[in-house]
Amino acid sequence: MDSALLVHRLHFAFTATFHYLFPQLTMGLALLIVVLKTIGLRRNDPVYHEAARFWGRIFGVNFVLGVVTGIPMEFQFGTNWSIFSRFAGGVIGQTLAMEGMFAFFLESAFLGLFLYGEKRLSPKAHWLSAVAVFVGSWLSGYFIIATDAFMQHPVGYFTASDGSLQLASFWDFVLNPWAGWQYVHNMSGAAVTGAFIMTSVGAFYLLSGKWTAHARIFVKTGVIAGCLFSVLQIFPTGDGQGKMVADLQPVTLAAMEGLFQGQPGAPLVIIGQPNEQQGKIDNPIEVPKMLSMLTYKRWNANVRGLDAFPKQDWPDNISLLYYSYHIMVGLGTFFVAVMAVALLLLWRGRLFNARWMLWILMLAAPFPYIANTAGWMTAELGRQPWLVYGLMRTENGYSKVVSAGNGMFTLLGFMGIYMVLGILGLFLIRREIEAGPLAGHESVSNLHPVTEAR
Amino acid sequence: MASLWFWIVAAMIATYVVLDGFDLGAGAIYLIAAKTDDERRRVLRAIGPVWDGNEVWLLAAGGTLYFAFPQLYASSFSGFYLPLTIVLWLLILRGIGIEFRAHIESRVWQDFFDVIFSISSILLAVFFGAALGNVVRGVPLDATGYFFEPLWTNFKLGAQTGILDWYTILIGVMGLVTLAAHGSYYVALKTDEDLGRRARGFALLCWPVQFFLTFSGLVATYFIRPDIMANYERHKIGILVPIAVVASLAVMLWANPKGKEKLAFVASCLYITGMLVGAAFALYPVVLPARDHRYNLTIYNTAAGSHGLSVGLVWWTFAAVLAVGYFVFVYRKFRGKVQLGEGHY
Repeated sequence: MDSALLVHRLHFAFTATFHYLFPQLTMGLALLIVVLKTIGLRRNDPVYHEAARFWGRIFGVNFVLGVVTGIPMEFQFGTNWSIFSRFAGGVIGQTLAMEGMFAFFLESAFLGLFLYGEKRLSPKAHWLSAVAVFVGSWLSGYFIIATDAFMQHPVGYFTASDGSLQLASFWDFVLNPWAGWQYVHNMSGAAVTGAFIMTSVGAFYLLSGKWTAHARIFVKTGVIAGCLFSVLQIFPTGDGQGKMVADLQPVTLAAMEGLFQGQPGAPLVIIGQPNEQQGKIDNPIEVPKMLSMLTYKRWNANVRGLDAFPKQDWPDNISLLYYSYHIMVGLGTFFVAVMAVALLLLWRGRLFNARWMLWILMLAAPFPYIANTAGWMTAELGRQPWLVYGLMRTENGYSKVVSAGNGMFTLLGFMGIYMVLGILGLFLIRREIEAGPLAGHESVSNLHPVTEAR
Repeated sequence: MASLWFWIVAAMIATYVVLDGFDLGAGAIYLIAAKTDDERRRVLRAIGPVWDGNEVWLLAAGGTLYFAFPQLYASSFSGFYLPLTIVLWLLILRGIGIEFRAHIESRVWQDFFDVIFSISSILLAVFFGAALGNVVRGVPLDATGYFFEPLWTNFKLGAQTGILDWYTILIGVMGLVTLAAHGSYYVALKTDEDLGRRARGFALLCWPVQFFLTFSGLVATYFIRPDIMANYERHKIGILVPIAVVASLAVMLWANPKGKEKLAFVASCLYITGMLVGAAFALYPVVLPARDHRYNLTIYNTAAGSHGLSVGLVWWTFAAVLAVGYFVFVYRKFRGKVQLGEGHY
């Protein structure tokens, strides 16, 4: 791999991965805040309103970080991947422009009202602004997934005389079947992050013996949502996505599963190290015939392995792809187990006193981030060596005018700035958690009591 | 169809500069005009609920540019790689400067974010002006349709230009003064007492500089690119642009001392729109001129396919109506002079 290609790939991978730490919580919390506000409004229960306001504050910090790390994403298609932009812009420009026009305007306009306007709005209008922020952030998710879906499985285009791709059918492009499964899988993943974070903070308060009324709401809401979305993550969304990959990118499926040799009755590898030199999995622990069953619903179905495809079309980093996929699946299974036990305890009325479970719930907070990141790595490493699947190879898409040195300079610059942003974000969110849900409860929209107290 | 999209993108960029311009300008004058913590919070409160929405116009304009003219997006964004990256870093710093200041009650913390916010606003205003200067002056495009500009070369306008040369710096300073004045009018409109008075005074101070830079900028533009007048000679309607610019300058000078804050602010909006529309009018149908005119990027060699552009018109119109609706709603909700004692900042 020549060095400019590597730098440009790392540039996008790093900035996208770091950026997505924030929107996944934004999208997950937006949904849960709407739930809290709805219950608060229906039961006329101030504790739910206080809970919603508390999560609104954390949402605000998180949202700012999502915005400032998101702006570079929209520019990077042009700065670092200009050849690709020229090639595919006639199609994916549609969804990227629609994201700005439909989602960002909605989200930004109503976020201001949601965070700063509670006093100026009626309770219903304030609830509506929370819904608008939720809709905006979930719409934004769809446009980005639809863009990625075109890169994974291009549809609705034609090749123009100058070699560029142009839109042939708007609806085919926007309603790409790939986008459907990937969207529900991804959004459910974001909801899992939101639910685990909410549960984790609640568990922390319960273990510390503080804010117990609010903490119970956090844990209850988080566990119910977490259990629901963890299950949805595996079935039907994860299952559907997997079958789609088997169908449309069979070579990717083979690499994800570490299936070097195709065979009828293919086993499912649970753990084991891929050995790319010898084309096998070292020290595997397998479930016989399971892969055939999961993929084709028949124990003896033939699953094509990597050997069925020319080597030049194999994903270029099989080990990383394999590990990402297995980490995602392993964590997904863990989430279902944890949340199912927590839900059982909640139903039996014992969760709030089960300190061991609260400890697990508190410490589980980082894992959805790892799972979501590993999931995106699976999707994007699995697409390799293609930038637009079957149409443009990654090595042909980056900006030839931007040298490896300049790319490295800006990559390091982003790493430095993002490190500072990450530290600042954690610091400020920790302060909000420390201050607690009743901070500033004396006035309705007094979101920053520390400032107001002077 | 491509012509229509040229004017849509131009209008979106102008909307961005008018809207985000006032919060950038407020940032530029922030350290000078707002002295006490109370005043600084008033300035932040004046822009707080709207700056993010204003900045979305930049993203939406960028996205629409990508959609309508993919080749232009690809060439210009990769060619302006270094300054664009710096702009992104400044936007990041500015965003956290506004939003994170209020989180901690500490003099040192707040002073730190005040300076971050103000300096990044000032530099952004200069960079946006310089960007306009680069587009008007032309860039070293070659037969491949790409170019790469270093940050500076020898500050002259030769074959290999840099982002910064005497001309683009002139336009950059013009951008800064224009937005500083624009921000002053906005702060004057949204605040009162000492702060409002100081903002008005600052705008008054900006006026002669703005007047001088407008004319020297136009003369310099004519000097480096005499062909810039071609469209104005061909289409008489172009005369409206200089009339609007001169009239809005006159209204600013008249309205500001009289305390007609809204009128002065509207005139400043008109001035910015006039200057940008004037530049777009002069360039059309070129979207990015090359130093060697054979390689000019025009709407004809950069636009997306016609089916895509037609489909886009449907959803764009729908979305734009919605977006304008949100803006009117939000600005109405936060209208009037800023009051402290509620919410953030």
